[in-house]
Amino acid sequence: MIAIIDYGAGNLNSIQKALEFIGEKTIILETGNLKEIDKYSGLVLPGVGAFPGAMKRLKENKFDEFIDAFVATGKPFLGVCLGMQLLFEWGFEDQKTEGLGLLKGDIIKMKTEYKIPHMGWNQLEIVKNDPLFEGLPENPHFYFVHSYQLAEITDEVLATVGYGTTIPAVIRKDNVIAFQFHPEKSGDNGIKLLKNFRELL
Amino acid sequence: MLKKRIIPCLDIKDGRVVKGVNFVGLRDAGDPVESAKEYNDLGADELVFLDITATKEKRKTLAELVEKVAAQVFIPLTVGGGIRTVEDMQFILRAGADKVSVNSAAVKNPELVKEGALKFGSQCIVGAVDAAKRDSGNGWEIFIHGGSKETGIDLIDWVKELEELGAGEILLTSINSDGTKDGFDLEMLKAVTEAVNIPVIASGGAGSIQHFIDVFKNTGADAALAASIFHFGEIAIRDVKFELKKEEIPVRIEKNKS
Repeated sequence: MIAIIDYGAGNLNSIQKALEFIGEKTIILETGNLKEIDKYSGLVLPGVGAFPGAMKRLKENKFDEFIDAFVATGKPFLGVCLGMQLLFEWGFEDQKTEGLGLLKGDIIKMKTEYKIPHMGWNQLEIVKNDPLFEGLPENPHFYFVHSYQLAEITDEVLATVGYGTTIPAVIRKDNVIAFQFHPEKSGDNGIKLLKNFRELL
Repeated sequence: MLKKRIIPCLDIKDGRVVKGVNFVGLRDAGDPVESAKEYNDLGADELVFLDITATKEKRKTLAELVEKVAAQVFIPLTVGGGIRTVEDMQFILRAGADKVSVNSAAVKNPELVKEGALKFGSQCIVGAVDAAKRDSGNGWEIFIHGGSKETGIDLIDWVKELEELGAGEILLTSINSDGTKDGFDLEMLKAVTEAVNIPVIASGGAGSIQHFIDVFKNTGADAALAASIFHFGEIAIRDVKFELKKEEIPVRIEKNKS
């Protein structure tokens, strides 16, 4: 069973429906109840909204501790969109806010001559191969909606996307996985990617 | 590079698609899930559902439809028609829509756009606008109630206001072009895409593949929407995309690994 964290930011339905579509059981967590941790084979941190408010709610509901404990078990943990950004060290949306610090780097406003947000279908450049990309087309398309990005191409970045600037799109450190795009809105590629994530469970 | 989007629009009445996909082998053209799946398979980049009944009693039926589609089709879904309050927005978004479009209600109560954007984020709010050229030939004016009611409001002023209020996108329908199949209203689209810095979806007038090429070559439109030409299989979305690609307009076509 995959647990999905609900910290009051955005729509969880889509990611839940996509996971159920591939045959996974899901549960929505409203607080970080440490006792239940063994029940879950995977954990997903979704998110739409702003970095400071999201971090505040994660901490209030003790999800920060829960996530640390979950990651320590070695089971796969996935952050999507804002949920991806929260995994890094510092966020610079509205004000400087400390993130969960599971991955290296800071989240900054995108610097591009193009329209912000970066919204729509764009193609990945895979920089490091990974079982996550198994069976995907060459330079697969995914659906993005975001205005902030990971500042640097760290050695944990597996794929990037170009938008007048280079944006890290898939980041992985062992069992901590982060997608800047929305796999649950990316058609067949998104479903394939979630299936590959499931293979890690 | 971001891709130009091709968006089929499906009209909904009493929870059924009234202008369905008309392909051989489709069991029930009126079933929204089947239609949505079909369009997904054909390469649609997003789907727009427009509820033409749009009464309060029918909203529950609409939400059920959205829920069914969202459980099976994983591309962005926009739902419009009769959304008048933040509660209406929430109801449809909860059901699984990614964006809601507001038209007449936004003109009557611009705060609706602002409140919706604050609550759900700008990316959820599509400002739908119907406009026609003024008789004087001087600019365009917006219309409400399905294009039947004149407002006296200038199109360019209104789209700028929508952007300021927090709309994440403009869905612009030209009343002059709609239904003509003579092509998109390039002049109007050019004016609007130059006036705002948010994505603009072109609507009204698509009749051939060339019209899609024209709209992306000559205006700053980010997406093009069409209804009947896709429904009746006159034009296949895939063919539109291949022709656009030949013209070096970026579109989403997957390249399978050799």
